[in-house]
Amino acid sequence: MYAPEIVAEAVVNGLMSGATYALVALGLTLVYGVLHIVNFAHGALLTCAMFAVLGLNLWLGIDPYWAILPLALIFFAFGYGLQRFIIGPSSHGEDRNTLLVTLGLSIVLENLMLAAFKSDTRSLGADTAFDVLELGPMLISRPRLIGFGVALATAALLWLLLSATDTGRAIRAVAKEKLGAQLVGIDPRHIFAVTFGIGCACLAIAACLLLPTFYVNPRVGNAFVLVAFTIVVLGGMGSIAGALVGGLFVGVVESLGGLLLGESLGQLGIFLIFILVLLVRPTGLFGARA
Amino acid sequence: MTVRQIALPVLLVAVLAVLPFFASGTLLNFLVSALIIALGAQGWNLLAGFGGQLSFGHAAFFGTGAYVTAILQIRFGINAWAGMAAGIAIGAAVGWVIGFLSFRARLRGSYFALVTLAFAEVLRILANAAEFTGGAAGLLIRLQPGFGNMQFPDRGVFLWLVLACILLVLLLTAWIERSRFGAHLVAVRENEDAARALGVDVLATKLRAITLSAAITAAAGCLYAQNFLYLDANIAYGTWISVEVLIAAIIGGLGTVLGPVVGALALHGVGEVAKIAGGQITGIDLVIFGAVLILSVAFVPSGLMGLRRLVKGGRP
Repeated sequence: MYAPEIVAEAVVNGLMSGATYALVALGLTLVYGVLHIVNFAHGALLTCAMFAVLGLNLWLGIDPYWAILPLALIFFAFGYGLQRFIIGPSSHGEDRNTLLVTLGLSIVLENLMLAAFKSDTRSLGADTAFDVLELGPMLISRPRLIGFGVALATAALLWLLLSATDTGRAIRAVAKEKLGAQLVGIDPRHIFAVTFGIGCACLAIAACLLLPTFYVNPRVGNAFVLVAFTIVVLGGMGSIAGALVGGLFVGVVESLGGLLLGESLGQLGIFLIFILVLLVRPTGLFGARA
Repeated sequence: MTVRQIALPVLLVAVLAVLPFFASGTLLNFLVSALIIALGAQGWNLLAGFGGQLSFGHAAFFGTGAYVTAILQIRFGINAWAGMAAGIAIGAAVGWVIGFLSFRARLRGSYFALVTLAFAEVLRILANAAEFTGGAAGLLIRLQPGFGNMQFPDRGVFLWLVLACILLVLLLTAWIERSRFGAHLVAVRENEDAARALGVDVLATKLRAITLSAAITAAAGCLYAQNFLYLDANIAYGTWISVEVLIAAIIGGLGTVLGPVVGALALHGVGEVAKIAGGQITGIDLVIFGAVLILSVAFVPSGLMGLRRLVKGGRP
């Protein structure tokens, strides 16, 4: 059996990567909660954000952590434009079409990156990845600790935005009752786009937190997005608390699964959880209704 | 079935069937791979186009068909034709199981799309890890020309085989379109609750659709394995197969008899042109596939078959 310290370390590391997963899932769950569609372009958008972080670092020498704010704003604008001018108009208000358009978008984005950057795997300089703190018997990577903190702070900020601002109220109104919101003067097309923009901003932040310890290639987003789907389903589609708890849980499961069963079968565990939750309790642990 | 209904599919297949007499090898290869996707798309169209259940994981059936045929032939020396029958049967069984699990849990829309995607991914990971599927190295079917191995000295014969399958499914689809089952399927697509209220057994209808759909797509997988004589998990169970059959059916025209075949030919044609025009740039043909999907959803939601009706002045 494994020594308790090793298991504890795996749990702590799982919690930390789980927080970043949660951030990716937050964007997905928010978009689902309001637009009632699964955004299949989420993974490709994450990859875009990761390449943006890499580019800023290599060409302008900007530290990934300093890139958080500007990139979040840029991706908010990008997401807003995508939903307002491409996804919204081309789906004619039908959920089925939105699903297909986001799928098309993911194919286009992913392969544009493939054409631009080739399939090489890149990463930032290796010095940050091995920056560790000693905490009692455990070794904890500093970038992951920062990622954990920023991810939780972002979730708190998002919650504050949704519960205490006018925009947040409008978003919740549209999510609950689109027609009613329209009658009191809210433009749902604008709110849809704002929501999509916030989802993309979450991805930009997640990308800044990921890159110091992770690599990037044109397909890297797919790995994350399937994990994010699992988290969203686990936590209940549209639930922010659910995404956070689900993210941490999946992070731990993956870390322990990897420790006990090896990498590729650990991945299998995530899919099996995903299918089981969908089949047994599709509303998730926190979701109100399917 | 009316004569007109049968005439068009037969005409289309007949035109394609005379091509081997004067077409070049390159064109034949292009046709074979495009038509294998067309067959897969026909399967997808039955479930998604007629039944409204959008699957993002038809690779689960395609891959099962391909693997079963290949494994039976390589490991047990079983005749390729019997192997194809087994591949279709097991593919259909996989379809029934996935359908039973997810339809009984009342998954639809995004949820159904997600769960089918996850099932295909599970199969991909398993096939990539297991010993008897050849693991990550994949499976190689030995080149051994002969009727029993479905390997013919003339490329044209294989094309005819694929065309025969397509014609069979075209006629089946045309018949379903007019049948009671087809009517039930469309009723489920348009409004599940209303269909149930009218006495349609929704679960049974969906199950029959996914089983049939899986069988057809599994047949495409069998033909794929026999045509390329090589497969691995990332090809056979890869997301790309699921996506390609979906795009082909959509740009051809969802829920139409001829749509998937027309769509697959058009899609592959566009892909070839993009490859020639894009030259060395990897992925440029896929960028165009994705753009074609978005544009066709945005501007021609009823697909190429819808355009045809538009030209003739009917309802689009």
